[in-house]
Amino acid sequence: MTIFHYDKTFEGLLTAVFDAYNRKTFPDRLLAIDEPNPLFVAEMFIVVTDEDKSKRVWKGLEKKLAHNTCNMITYAWLSELQGSDELIFRYIQKTFDNKQSIETNFADDDVLQLKKLAQKVNHERHRLIELVRFQKAADDIFFAPVSPDHNSLPLTLDHFTDRFADQKWVIYDTRRNYGFYYDLKTVTEMTLDNTDLFPKGKLDENLMAEDEKLYQELWKGYFKAMTIKERINLKLQRQHLPKRYWKYLTEKQ
Amino acid sequence: MKAEILDKLKTLAESAKYDVSCASSGTTRKSIPGGIGNTAGWGICHSFTEDGRCVSLLKIMLTNYCIYDCAYCINRRSNDLKRATFAVEELVELTIEFYRRNYIEGLFLSSGVINTPDYTMERMVRVIKELRTIHRFNGYIHMKSIPGASQQLVHEAGLYADRLSVNIEIPTEQNLKMLAPEKDHESVYKPMLYIQQGVLESAEERAKHRSAPRFAPAGQSTQMIIGATDETDKQILFTSAALYNRPSMKRVYYSGYIPVNSYDSRLPSLKQAPLVRENRLYQADWLLRFYEFKVDEIVDDKNPDLDLEIDPKLAWALRNPHHFPVDINKAEYSMILRVPGIGVKSAKLIVMSRRYNKLKSADLKKMGIVLKKAQYFITCNELAVQNVSDSSPEYVRRVLTEKKLLKGKENPNQLSLSFD
Repeated sequence: MTIFHYDKTFEGLLTAVFDAYNRKTFPDRLLAIDEPNPLFVAEMFIVVTDEDKSKRVWKGLEKKLAHNTCNMITYAWLSELQGSDELIFRYIQKTFDNKQSIETNFADDDVLQLKKLAQKVNHERHRLIELVRFQKAADDIFFAPVSPDHNSLPLTLDHFTDRFADQKWVIYDTRRNYGFYYDLKTVTEMTLDNTDLFPKGKLDENLMAEDEKLYQELWKGYFKAMTIKERINLKLQRQHLPKRYWKYLTEKQ
Repeated sequence: MKAEILDKLKTLAESAKYDVSCASSGTTRKSIPGGIGNTAGWGICHSFTEDGRCVSLLKIMLTNYCIYDCAYCINRRSNDLKRATFAVEELVELTIEFYRRNYIEGLFLSSGVINTPDYTMERMVRVIKELRTIHRFNGYIHMKSIPGASQQLVHEAGLYADRLSVNIEIPTEQNLKMLAPEKDHESVYKPMLYIQQGVLESAEERAKHRSAPRFAPAGQSTQMIIGATDETDKQILFTSAALYNRPSMKRVYYSGYIPVNSYDSRLPSLKQAPLVRENRLYQADWLLRFYEFKVDEIVDDKNPDLDLEIDPKLAWALRNPHHFPVDINKAEYSMILRVPGIGVKSAKLIVMSRRYNKLKSADLKKMGIVLKKAQYFITCNELAVQNVSDSSPEYVRRVLTEKKLLKGKENPNQLSLSFD
């Protein structure tokens, strides 16, 4: 078995592709630097992440693949699921090894799986766009905590900067403990030192803007009034609005 | 202001919620400098109530006072109901503050009719005009056009709204007259025509110069109430098909009748809203819009009502077994689309993937095709299941509906296998 160790970054993964073609040996497994080797290792190689190499691989991909497919690879990477890096590696390898594009060959398991993985992340991106709930803080910054399964928050920034261009906002991923702050001009990545500011997903009442509580009450009242009792269908509700999202939803708090 | 506003909001939401239209799609518009918001062409839902319906727009009535006495409507004047009216500023502020918190995509404004249709419509237009011009609100706006309103007001509304709609409510005029003697179809079709004219004129103008104003860029929609009167599905779907032939009509909604006024003897007494029928009608609607079906293939004189037990596509396939089996590796896209168990997405995947290799049933399964259904209607490289033309439509129907009954609970007494 051939093992590559790398630093579990996207650039690292692309460097691994470069090195593999250079060495003409291809890994069966991709492990983190500090991960222990399995029992039988025929060959082991440690990838040193290199920006130039990774850029060259990405450029090669951009030449061979549609723009959309390149995005799919990024999305699949952001899924952070185990084995997604090995899937991406195989996909890239198949892309380079075949003269004809493999992009639409969905009978190939890797092609289909990559598409499905990208769809999953895209789906969550869409969910975030739907379900982010801003709370207005006393300093006029709109604040929203989220905890997505995949690292999909960065994919929503284009949408939120365009839509809420005239208000300052912070969207914070409490699971990965980082977020983004928009100051009316640019978006910057940030990390909070103190995450106790929003116990149970709600901003501390002392930090809320004056009318924030009112609008939360209005929204809750509206949400409740919209239900048609003759049609209650909790299963359908949960299908569209899985329970794991409820803790940050104003109307469900 | 607080308690009062909450009260009004609840009252007017209660009154508005029976309108089923929820879409916020059809317009893609980037943000504008100094403005609030944008619109996404595919539409965004923001929440789902306990009945499983989506909340996308702030669906609200300007007032629920009404001069009409339509039997099917909760807001009819003879109902003893809490009534309220929003002031323009109140509604504008609510919309904007909700929007800023990402609760909604925009506003869906409807209203009871007070004084005259034009009087009502004028007040509604004032709300959306103020939103757009004074507050530079750039999100989605859907406005109901009041039946009987003048062309001039419809035209003004179209300049600010993304979508306009007029509800037919009852598919045949005769039944409409019975339940709503003060209304007729003309008062519905006229504003529909005004909207259509506005859309077409604006498109023509914009072809000449880009700066010409857009008119209701997301087109129009309408709604029919199902089960309050005795129309067949054929009458309903033929109405829909005729409407979809018009250039600006984007959606027809079907609303299973909920007995809001059970005391009225002109209405049927239903224990439950006809939800299955409603669902079948939506499926048929999808066949019209995305599956290249013609309406007379779905319902005709022999089958004036949709089959409640099986979906309309399967029903069509069982009525027309001579079209099957379809060869997955050779058939045209439009034919693959007609196989029960294959949707638009999977049909596209099949057509793309079969250029590389011949597809086998295992490949189809992985792509997400419902083989349970599709297996009776296709051939691919190796499949050897009895298909619909080897056996009989009756057999396939029995097998497919039987499974549904068994699903979920195990039946310890069950021994039988179906031999045929």
